[in-house]
Amino acid sequence: MKARVTVMPKAGVLDPQGKAIGHALESLGFGGVGEVRAGKVIELELTETDPAKAKQAAEEMARKLLANTVIESFRVEVV
Amino acid sequence: MKAAIVVFPGTNRERDMALALQRVTGAKPAMLWHRDAALPAGTDLVVLPGGFSYGDYLRCGAMAAQSPIMQAVKDHAARGGHVLGVCNGFQILCEAGLLPGALLRNASLRFLSMDCHMRVERTDTPYTSRFQRGAVFRATMAHGDGNYFADDATLDRLEGEGLVALRYATSAGEVTADANRNGAARSIAGILSPNLRVLGLMPHPENQVDPAIDGTDGLPMFESLAETLAAA
Repeated sequence: MKARVTVMPKAGVLDPQGKAIGHALESLGFGGVGEVRAGKVIELELTETDPAKAKQAAEEMARKLLANTVIESFRVEVV
Repeated sequence: MKAAIVVFPGTNRERDMALALQRVTGAKPAMLWHRDAALPAGTDLVVLPGGFSYGDYLRCGAMAAQSPIMQAVKDHAARGGHVLGVCNGFQILCEAGLLPGALLRNASLRFLSMDCHMRVERTDTPYTSRFQRGAVFRATMAHGDGNYFADDATLDRLEGEGLVALRYATSAGEVTADANRNGAARSIAGILSPNLRVLGLMPHPENQVDPAIDGTDGLPMFESLAETLAAA
């Protein structure tokens, strides 16, 4: 079973990478792009076969290591 | 003062730190490997030096904060032991929960390798007793992620409890936006734990401890520690 953990900078936390990507898109001529936020996706291959337990385990991993909850929020999907 | 320096894979400033400590104590500090599970008996000060532990994978300091030696460092801090984290060491202290907040990517997105000045916010600490109050000293910064962040409530608490040790300033001691090159919240360069025994800072005071190399601007920090811990 696979879990996908999406880690994003929290609202209100400065995201200079997202800003730089936004500027680059603008200079490439893409119009109509508002705020850009950059995060990361971590895919986990889990031996757990129960989706609810897999999600719970991945959430625990995200809280302990994958995300720094001072500055980042996370979302777990079992896929 | 019995000092020990923790070396992680990717740490690269441990020898400069060892020279700075040796200069004030006359003794070579112990070098500990990240896999060690205990500190040498009688260790007064643990130093987490600068570098790029674990290649900065995931987040700066995130992997190092989980390594075996860090449990011993946490126990040492919980017993009231002294811990100094410089640059990557500061990032590790935050990731390990020994200091609040986090170090974000520099606001400019640029890696900053240059001298900066810091204003000493209080001199009644084990790290700053040899500085004059309001003193400004020069140190070298070399980091990509030194932009200190904490939520407003945490920042207010740090300020209210006098735990902001050092702020980026001009050479005249003025805290200005221009002097705050990495964009740190409230120009914070270094913070203390509530018992004043854990200090994390981004710039490298160990760069300036030898008159033959680049002056001795950073030496008072090490002299303060040696004086405070001499009797220990």
